[in-house]
Amino acid sequence: MTVGLTHYLVTSALLFGLGLLGVIARRNLLVIYMSLELMLNAANLALVAFSRFTNNANGQVIVFFIITVAAAEVAVGLALIVALYRKRQTAHVEDLATMRL
Amino acid sequence: MQDAFFYLFAALTLLCGFLVIGNPFSRNPVTSAMFLVLTIVSMAGLFVLLHAFFLAAIQVLVYAGAVMVLFLFVIMLLDLKTEERRKVKAFGLVTGLISVAAILAMIVKTYAFDSNLSANLPPPTLEGSTAELGAVLFTRYLLPFEILSVLLLVAMVGVILLSKKDLK
Repeated sequence: MTVGLTHYLVTSALLFGLGLLGVIARRNLLVIYMSLELMLNAANLALVAFSRFTNNANGQVIVFFIITVAAAEVAVGLALIVALYRKRQTAHVEDLATMRL
Repeated sequence: MQDAFFYLFAALTLLCGFLVIGNPFSRNPVTSAMFLVLTIVSMAGLFVLLHAFFLAAIQVLVYAGAVMVLFLFVIMLLDLKTEERRKVKAFGLVTGLISVAAILAMIVKTYAFDSNLSANLPPPTLEGSTAELGAVLFTRYLLPFEILSVLLLVAMVGVILLSKKDLK
């Protein structure tokens, strides 16, 4: 069986699942952030696969945009984490329960 | 030959992706970041197999280069020694697995609904070279491209403001 669109989509879905599991199960802010990057990458892979197999370059341009936005998002998010750490001396979500009921 | 490379890179991507979130030997964020770099590089290999050469280069340069260096820089900046000892809670793991199963079931259902999606596709001919992407990027997507530059500027200003000493 030759490798086709389905193979790439399965890889992408599994990677997305791994990222989601990391976001929900892990308790370290930085690891949660890395899992978010995994999910973004999984979406990128699906877009590139669709773009290749439907002969449409728009998908690849959107991936280019996603990578740029992700870079900006990482910069802002990490600055927020550093500011939080300066104030609370922790990067652990269970220590950040001020807004919990 | 290409199929063998696909399986190699896909397995590497998934294995390293798993080691990012649940390394059984180490809870250290630095190891997670290193495996994320490996995930991203093997994903660049998948992009090459999909003939998206420009995106593969961008993936390595921007993600594995710039973004991950930023990650490592912040991890080194915050001294996270006490964080390593904490255990993953069973409740979080169970809810995580349930939601992942739900999302995957939804994706599979959607794809099975459209089962003729990949059946009658023409053979792929698209080459994701820099010239071809640039032609689309600077004609059809010119306005989003310019807005993106403003977004990067806003992010830069925001980061500088956030990392000032006396945050008001």
